[in-house]
Amino acid sequence: MNRSAYPWILLGIAGFTLLPWYAADDGFWSFAWLLNGAPFSAEAGSGLFQALFHGRTWLLPVLLLLLIPLTVVSRPKSDPLFGRVLVLAGGLGFAFIFGQGFAVGIDGWEFPGLEALFGPTELRQSGMGYGALLALGAFLFLLTTGIATRGAINGDAFVVGSIGLIVAAVAVFIFFPVFRILVSALQDNDGVYSLSVFSEKFFDARIWGVGCLPSGARCGVAWNTLLLGVLTGFSSTTLGLAFALIATRTNFRAKKALRVLTVLPIITPPFVIGLAVILLFGRSGIVSQLLWTVFEIRPSRWIFGLPGIWFAQTLAFTPIAFLVLIGVVEGVSPSMEEASQTLRASDWRTFTSVSFPLMRPGVANAFLLGFIESLADFGNPLVLGGNYDVLSTEIFFAIVGAQNDQGRAAVLAIVLLIFTLSAFLAQRVWLGRKSYATVTGKGDSGVRSQIPVQLKSLVYSVALPWAALTAVIYVIILFGGFVELLGRNNTLTLRHYIDAFGITRGDFGLVFSGLAWNSFFTTIWIALVSAPLTAVVGLLTAYVLVRQRFVGKGVFEFGTMLSFAIPGTVIGVSYILAFNVPPIEITGTGIILIISFVFRNMPVGVRAGVAAMSQLDRSLDEASLTLGANSFTTVRRVILPLLKPAIIAALVFSFVRAMTALSAVIFLVSANYDMATSFIIGRVENGDFGQAIAYSSVLIVVMLLAIVLVQITVGQRQIHRRAEPTGAPAQQTMGGMAR
Amino acid sequence: MRRRGFLTLASATAAAAALTSGSHSALAADEELVLYCSPQIEWCQLMVEEFEKATGIKVAMTRKSSGETFAQIKAEERNPKGDVWWGGTGDPHLQAAEEGLTEEYVSPNADQLHDWAINQAAAGSNRTVGIYAGALGIGYNSELLEQAGLEPPQCWADLTKPEYAGEIQIANPNSSGTSYTTLATLVQVFGEEDAFDLMKAMHVNVNQYTKSGSAPIKNAARGETAIAITFQHDMVTQKVAGFPIEIVSPCEGTGFEIGSMSIIKDGPNPESARAFYDFALEADIQALAANAAAYQVPSNAGAAPPPQAPKLEEIKLIEYDFKEYGSSATRQRLLKRWDDEVGALPR
Repeated sequence: MNRSAYPWILLGIAGFTLLPWYAADDGFWSFAWLLNGAPFSAEAGSGLFQALFHGRTWLLPVLLLLLIPLTVVSRPKSDPLFGRVLVLAGGLGFAFIFGQGFAVGIDGWEFPGLEALFGPTELRQSGMGYGALLALGAFLFLLTTGIATRGAINGDAFVVGSIGLIVAAVAVFIFFPVFRILVSALQDNDGVYSLSVFSEKFFDARIWGVGCLPSGARCGVAWNTLLLGVLTGFSSTTLGLAFALIATRTNFRAKKALRVLTVLPIITPPFVIGLAVILLFGRSGIVSQLLWTVFEIRPSRWIFGLPGIWFAQTLAFTPIAFLVLIGVVEGVSPSMEEASQTLRASDWRTFTSVSFPLMRPGVANAFLLGFIESLADFGNPLVLGGNYDVLSTEIFFAIVGAQNDQGRAAVLAIVLLIFTLSAFLAQRVWLGRKSYATVTGKGDSGVRSQIPVQLKSLVYSVALPWAALTAVIYVIILFGGFVELLGRNNTLTLRHYIDAFGITRGDFGLVFSGLAWNSFFTTIWIALVSAPLTAVVGLLTAYVLVRQRFVGKGVFEFGTMLSFAIPGTVIGVSYILAFNVPPIEITGTGIILIISFVFRNMPVGVRAGVAAMSQLDRSLDEASLTLGANSFTTVRRVILPLLKPAIIAALVFSFVRAMTALSAVIFLVSANYDMATSFIIGRVENGDFGQAIAYSSVLIVVMLLAIVLVQITVGQRQIHRRAEPTGAPAQQTMGGMAR
Repeated sequence: MRRRGFLTLASATAAAAALTSGSHSALAADEELVLYCSPQIEWCQLMVEEFEKATGIKVAMTRKSSGETFAQIKAEERNPKGDVWWGGTGDPHLQAAEEGLTEEYVSPNADQLHDWAINQAAAGSNRTVGIYAGALGIGYNSELLEQAGLEPPQCWADLTKPEYAGEIQIANPNSSGTSYTTLATLVQVFGEEDAFDLMKAMHVNVNQYTKSGSAPIKNAARGETAIAITFQHDMVTQKVAGFPIEIVSPCEGTGFEIGSMSIIKDGPNPESARAFYDFALEADIQALAANAAAYQVPSNAGAAPPPQAPKLEEIKLIEYDFKEYGSSATRQRLLKRWDDEVGALPR
């Protein structure tokens, strides 16, 4: 007798016979179908009734495939037939549900061949609902149970199931949409496939032109993007290294303040920094006007274009470089430097020939990260771009602009994807396998040496003015929400806050009458739902990656990390292409936002989990398993409690990203699900800087509170460790993100 | 709308979800309306509030620019999610009509409309209708021009003068409908060859081709540029807000837009859609626009234009050929020519 397959079979049958097969129009959370005649009616009918009474006979094989495994459940697990039947039924069922979903769509047959074969049909299918979802899940887990019984991963059904679930989810929510965008790059505007259309669009002079070299004509948008990426990578790494050296290798007094300044830009909505930069250095900006009155330097528009974007991106991404580099700088063992000094090398020589070479891989890592972040950045080029076009904004305007060329957007997206993926691959291949920390179990309790004096003054002179500038930017952001229009009319006012977050007394109690409440509540809700989901998916993946060995693990790991390299604009476009029509029809819902956040931020959960889990000795798992716990209990009772820092990292990061993401969100928001960032960018477009800044300040405060709250709820992991430097949790969080 | 947002939130998280949405589905399907709105959000919200007050139909509204909305409607073509697309410049509405994305409908209120609104409907074979009009113009920041000791421009041709070097902003016609209207206007005023010569000569004076159509006048208001080419009603909004903006109607004559409204084909609530359509054409509803700082000229002849609105009868308007210049073929040809001959020029 073998019970492992029963629950899944029953679940599948329940889904097929009782729950509505198709999604209801009024949303996933609406339970209107309970009153709509489920499971019998045409709208809310279950798969069985749809097949028998509403003409959708093609659904019947689903039941057949669910019943087949029942014939073998009485056999022992060791019987090879058991596993084989499960694999076969599960695999076929899974493929069949998707197959029929793609074959019969909202206009009947989706492929002319099928219509010729079966004759025209009046029947339509809308998106999959609860019933289809349950049946899919049942088939998936029948398949993985079958694989497990056939001996994969020591027959551990939980692990195989986890792998199956993650693979299926990544395939559906990352590979499928990306595949759709690749396909649409090959189509002309009438939907005809042609390679020549693709090559014509791909080798367009507007993408690759080099007109700017010989003359003042414009350069291709691809070169613009690359140049900006390299500049930003270089400057943010340099500044980040300077800050990291100050924080670890000098006796600088205000280190705590430095830490705060490094966390702030990460929880700042994008383009807010760009706005503040305009208010300071624009033609009518505060600094420009000051220079005009004092030195009679004519205000100009230099900030719009490459200088402005570079400047704002450096402000935004230096903290990320800092958080990567501080780990590296701390990781350089003092004993190596002591050895060098004992051999009578000067301070300077020690730094240039011992310390710095040990940091070099970390520096390269920080550079690539800055490069990738710059390529994916959408907000700053949008606000500060001037005539300097980059790929992320070009993609956006190819779709929403007057040219309305989806194919061109797809081609541009592919170019951007190639750039980020190459950088991502370079980072993984070139640095991923190398260990650049010199922390070993051996005593390295030596005192970290100070950096040489010459270097120290250099580092101070680079970093401190920059820190001051960052501080000024944040003063502007805070202050800008409380004045009419910063720079022009500095009268103090609460108007922006009242317009956005006003509460008035209505007939039925308090009414949230401010313009911003709607998007604010949606944003909080979406962020609260997606953060724990991201953590679960990420940590589960990490567990599988660190603790299990299986064929194709490298590919699996790469697949789960891939979404980090896909820019948000590309995700946004591809989700609309992929998920607006059945079988998966989720555009215009909150679910599409949640899913996009979960899968975009999953890599962070994975990285944080992998890092934390590698520190936990396998013997802990083994002890638990020896004592008779299964792998699920082991995860729950042993591993999870030890993973608190990783959980914090994943929760905080995904919460923050869900609140501040813009590029993907701008395509996915809908009437009922408007998000804060898309609301703010609307205010910016409208020139209403005061309200945009006021709203952003509120978001920053909310995120700070959330971070504190997560830390209190999840708590600290209590194990014996070296005393942590102050601000360490934040550092772990961001370090986790960065890697 | 706002309270509903909060309700959705509560119902999604609370276990009581079944109850609230149960009662909600007991209503007829058409007690709702999904509105895609392209003008400024204040105006959109005003319309939503008034419509909800008048009919009790709940409105779910998204504000996106006309380009974004058109892209969305096109992306949703096979499975439309919206009912009515209200506002935004007329060209994308005509394009949607041409591509069959919108539904044919003649409102009983159509006989109260100005001729230009009816012409717009005719151009789009009754799949769209004009709801407001606004003329193009040249706006300038009087403080900045005074500072630089420059005379304000009076004509399109003045914009090529060398003293305006680096002072003019206009949107990129490839991304903005406003700017495409300007391009088409210049072609109709000067003839295609001369128009492109003018734009080439103006190119050195342009400091930035913005993405959004109304961005130039906002930048002029904040003092980031001296001269902006946009619609005049957008200039009025800045002027009323207290910025030193002055408005010029070019001496050679100028083009105009007809802000339009269309019913999306096969939308979920066709009856509500028609109710909103009729409602939006009523004289007293159109007269409310000024309350939301919208200074376009309303299409209902019975609706008094806001006192601050540019007087169309005092502006030298050209006979703008919406049919010709709204068609995809002409549009793509002109945009490509602009990109090759003007946009690609060195600066």
